[in-house]
Amino acid sequence: MSAVMITRKVRKWEKLPGKNTFCCDGRVMMARQKGIFYLTLFLIIGTCSLFFAFECPYLAVHLSPAIPVFAVLLFLFVIAMLLRTSFSDPGVLPRALPEEANFIEMEIEAANGNVPSGQRPPPRIRNVQINNQIVKLKYCYTCKIFRPPRASHCSICDNCVDRFDHHCPWVGNCVGKRNYRYFYLFTLTLSLLTIYIFAFNIVHVVMRSVDQGFLNTLKETPGTYPLNMNTFLLVCFFTLWSMVGLTGFHTYLISLNQTTNEDIKGSWSGKNRGQNPYSHKNIIKNCCEVLCGPTYPSKMCYHDDLGVICFSLFLTSFSACFPQKTTAPLIPNEHTPDDVKPSIAAEKSSGPKDDQPPAAKLPPLASPETDAETSIAKNQ
Amino acid sequence: MKNAGLRCFLYSINEQIRALAGSHPKSVLTGFKCVQTHSLQDLQQPAVSSKVFVQRDYSSGTICKFQTKFPSELESRMDKQQFEETMQTLNNLYAEAEKIGGKSYLEGFLACLTAYTIFLCMETHYEKVLKKIARYIKDQNEKIYAPRGLLLTDPIERGLRVVEITIFEDRSVGSGR
Repeated sequence: MSAVMITRKVRKWEKLPGKNTFCCDGRVMMARQKGIFYLTLFLIIGTCSLFFAFECPYLAVHLSPAIPVFAVLLFLFVIAMLLRTSFSDPGVLPRALPEEANFIEMEIEAANGNVPSGQRPPPRIRNVQINNQIVKLKYCYTCKIFRPPRASHCSICDNCVDRFDHHCPWVGNCVGKRNYRYFYLFTLTLSLLTIYIFAFNIVHVVMRSVDQGFLNTLKETPGTYPLNMNTFLLVCFFTLWSMVGLTGFHTYLISLNQTTNEDIKGSWSGKNRGQNPYSHKNIIKNCCEVLCGPTYPSKMCYHDDLGVICFSLFLTSFSACFPQKTTAPLIPNEHTPDDVKPSIAAEKSSGPKDDQPPAAKLPPLASPETDAETSIAKNQ
Repeated sequence: MKNAGLRCFLYSINEQIRALAGSHPKSVLTGFKCVQTHSLQDLQQPAVSSKVFVQRDYSSGTICKFQTKFPSELESRMDKQQFEETMQTLNNLYAEAEKIGGKSYLEGFLACLTAYTIFLCMETHYEKVLKKIARYIKDQNEKIYAPRGLLLTDPIERGLRVVEITIFEDRSVGSGR
């Protein structure tokens, strides 16, 4: 009985046909191209390390020790927001299962009626009325669903994303409903951090120049070309203007409750200006909805539990012997890689807490709400 | 009626296992060795069923709301009132999950202060309501839908796009109740 009853939860993200990569048992979800994300990380960590190493000692002594402390806090917050944006599910819509796809196909055919041969069938569009505005829902041929309003298909990740904003290569992920506020906080705090570092760089140079003279100060810049303070100052300067610009742009979008995608396509501008059906026509309300709205669950990492029969059998046979874990026990199936099978067979666990309904609790293992850094630290 | 209800319940378990095991018949069978074999044989025969999908209602915007229109395929199985009540309750629960008010502001503010690490120990309000919804659907299935040979699937399993209702055809000739 013991070997037979070991089952493995095949998580939804493992079956996701899109072009995403997953790590840490589904906790981390990113796009395939991650090169620019590593560059972003390197630039931020590199610049801040140089600031902490070369400028902070002087500033702490001559001005105030609060300066480096605040810089550290800001730096940690920026990294947290970056990792949160990069690693969380942006709001991917799972593709339709075959029965649902067939049901929709039948509905479309019924609506179209008889199309004479040789003629192209009409485009698959559904019209819905939202706040007295007709919105067209397009059919996604890849995901086989009618996309909800504001959703769009990302060709890089090959997924439909809810409230799709844009695909950001700098964070290595799409920006959508679930991670937009983290993305906005990332751009905002990075702008603040860049301004902070740049400002204190200037202060540092001025203070040293007062003591030693300007040219001497420049000569004594720590480090060797290209990895010296001057290069990073330059990087800081350009980053500052692009980040401040981007933050300003997104603040404008949030106040109008628009996405970058809608702005680029001009859905609610030009002759349609002022007709955005999602806007509350009030800047505060729009900001509150986007930034202070509920934290939506992931539809990819919300995995199915086995039925109550298996669960209760597990509880009775295993709970007495083995420590409580939130993973389900494992069965190797055709999806399990061969090298993992022996370890899977050996692994024991008991089911989740008692009396939970089958599709209820999100175990922390597969929850994207888990802080990415701590989960990675745990796994490494 | 009892037969259809039990078959419906076991079918739902089988369906979930089948979906999880990638429709591999062997893994389904090994998973069920401990269960009474007569029901397993029942499951091995193709279950005659069809599915109805209740779509989202976007008339109020992008909030999660399902259409309450009674599907014609269910007309012979249950009454309209009951179905509309179920859908209305579901819509109310989702509205509660997505409500933007003092509580969601507080949650968001606290979470932001802790750089969202607070969600390591705390469940979000939405997740709490999703559990409530799962309990409600299970309850409805047990009390109302399973006795009529129907099965409601929790919309979160379908990405909050549709409410899937599986209709089981009663095998026996006649009413079968």
